[in-house]
Amino acid sequence: MLHRFATLVAACTVVLVLAGSLVTSTGSGLSVPDWPTSYGWSMFTFPPSKWVGGIFYEHGHRLIASTVGSLTILLAAWLWRSDSRRWMKRLGVAALGAVILQGLLGGLTVLFFLPTAVSTAHAGLAEIFFCMTVAIALFTSKGWILGAGQVDDGWLRRATAATTAIVYAQILIGATMRHSNAGLAIPDFPLMFGGLVPDHWDRQIAIHFAHRLGALVVTASVIAAFVRVWRRHSGTRALTIPATLLAALVVIQVTLGGLTILTKRGVWINSMHVVVGALVLATSLVLALRSWRVKFRAAPASNEAEIAA
Amino acid sequence: MRLRSVTVYALALTVAASVAACGGGGQESAPASAPAAAPAGQRVDPATAGEVTGTVVLDGTAPANVAIKMNADPICIKQAPGTQMQETFAVAADGKSLGNVFVYVKDGLGNYVYDAPSGIATIDQKGCRYIPHVFGMRVGQKLEILNSDPTLHNIHATPKANSEFNTGQPIQGMKTEHTFASQEVMVPFKCDVHGWMNAYVGVLDHPYFTVTGADGKFALKGLPAGTYTIEAWHERLGATTQSVTLAAKETKDVSFTLKVPATATN
Repeated sequence: MLHRFATLVAACTVVLVLAGSLVTSTGSGLSVPDWPTSYGWSMFTFPPSKWVGGIFYEHGHRLIASTVGSLTILLAAWLWRSDSRRWMKRLGVAALGAVILQGLLGGLTVLFFLPTAVSTAHAGLAEIFFCMTVAIALFTSKGWILGAGQVDDGWLRRATAATTAIVYAQILIGATMRHSNAGLAIPDFPLMFGGLVPDHWDRQIAIHFAHRLGALVVTASVIAAFVRVWRRHSGTRALTIPATLLAALVVIQVTLGGLTILTKRGVWINSMHVVVGALVLATSLVLALRSWRVKFRAAPASNEAEIAA
Repeated sequence: MRLRSVTVYALALTVAASVAACGGGGQESAPASAPAAAPAGQRVDPATAGEVTGTVVLDGTAPANVAIKMNADPICIKQAPGTQMQETFAVAADGKSLGNVFVYVKDGLGNYVYDAPSGIATIDQKGCRYIPHVFGMRVGQKLEILNSDPTLHNIHATPKANSEFNTGQPIQGMKTEHTFASQEVMVPFKCDVHGWMNAYVGVLDHPYFTVTGADGKFALKGLPAGTYTIEAWHERLGATTQSVTLAAKETKDVSFTLKVPATATN
């Protein structure tokens, strides 16, 4: 039951990431100039008849964020009360702290007219919070508690951990690019100003170029992990499923990245690029955590009893 | 004992600060009998002032204005029925003369002093557009921002030299006021609720500015004799300048040509 609820929170967070990316893609970040109120109304009593234009996206994002925040309070309380693992209790509290901080960053970026540093931090913390909810869902799952599909592969552990870190770094570069208006600094794809590298440079082109270079590094890293899993652990579904999903998501993500440029940042393409980026990170994290499962202690009997029940 | 010492020190500091502040104020105040300071520069003599008139024309063909999709807000559709177009290129029927170009004296005025602006500049949000689309005002002049629409708007100014502001106006008839502290050409306005709404204001420390009419014509009146750099600014085509020498009581005709790049889009 706890696992199902944690999965629900993670799923709602995906919706929240989509809502947030739509705010930026539609340029609606400042369509509600005040915070935490909305045009002077309480966020929860702001009349739906006034959710027009950019307000629909910005106010919708705030409401979904409030829902996820409330669900996180319940999740943290549930973990604190029911899970016998002390580190899981702490993880629940940390997730709650992250979502509160995330709300504050969201408010600050509105009040200070979307400074790049604050908006990028807001995007970066969103990914960390999402990873926390995914990790909680994984740690409360039957497979994790029963210790299914454990392998002792040091190379894979290092490779998947590095891949997750690389994906996160790539997301931060992408967020910097997005919030510093560098998304079309290189206007063509797959070439760059008609060549393999840009023929002129400025700050925005450099950030954009770094994101494209990052995509190559992520792809290489994911391919390495994918090949390792299928060569050495093809019978371990706990690894092959996330490895395959990760490879497929990277293909989709690179395609969406190219289409974002070719459609001149089409709203839905651009927003889905952000969402799939988050899914790549979460899938990479799941693969890494399952690779590291052997290093975790066996779950206490109380958790196994809950699964059995 | 220690707490009491701290309290005594704090009281002593407060009294000392108060005395210093009162003393400072007294020193800064001018004696009542002192003569008023003379103005730093001379005033323009209206009897000898001249005028620069002219037209802004296009070199090339402007792209067609893009149609606005107002379906994000049903109230906007009701307020502005029919096809609505962007105002980027206000081209006259002759296909050449260009309206909505901000024309102003960029340089050459020296140290003339001017009366403080008495009127109020106004920008209205009506039919989910800004009216006017391009205008000018003085540093320190009051700008009245009005929402005539029965829907909500936010007016978001994104200046570089002045302070950015973003004000919500959720109720029809709301008015807010703003002043700009520094000269700036141009300050963009946008509504983040209705992404098509944009406007530009030129903020100057002198009164010699205007916006071309629908026929592309302009007139800068009341200019003293001198040599001036006049600039014509357009939101998409950029700016161009000309040097003009004006004798006393002279009217000079000047034309500006703004080139339309082959890659220009609306």
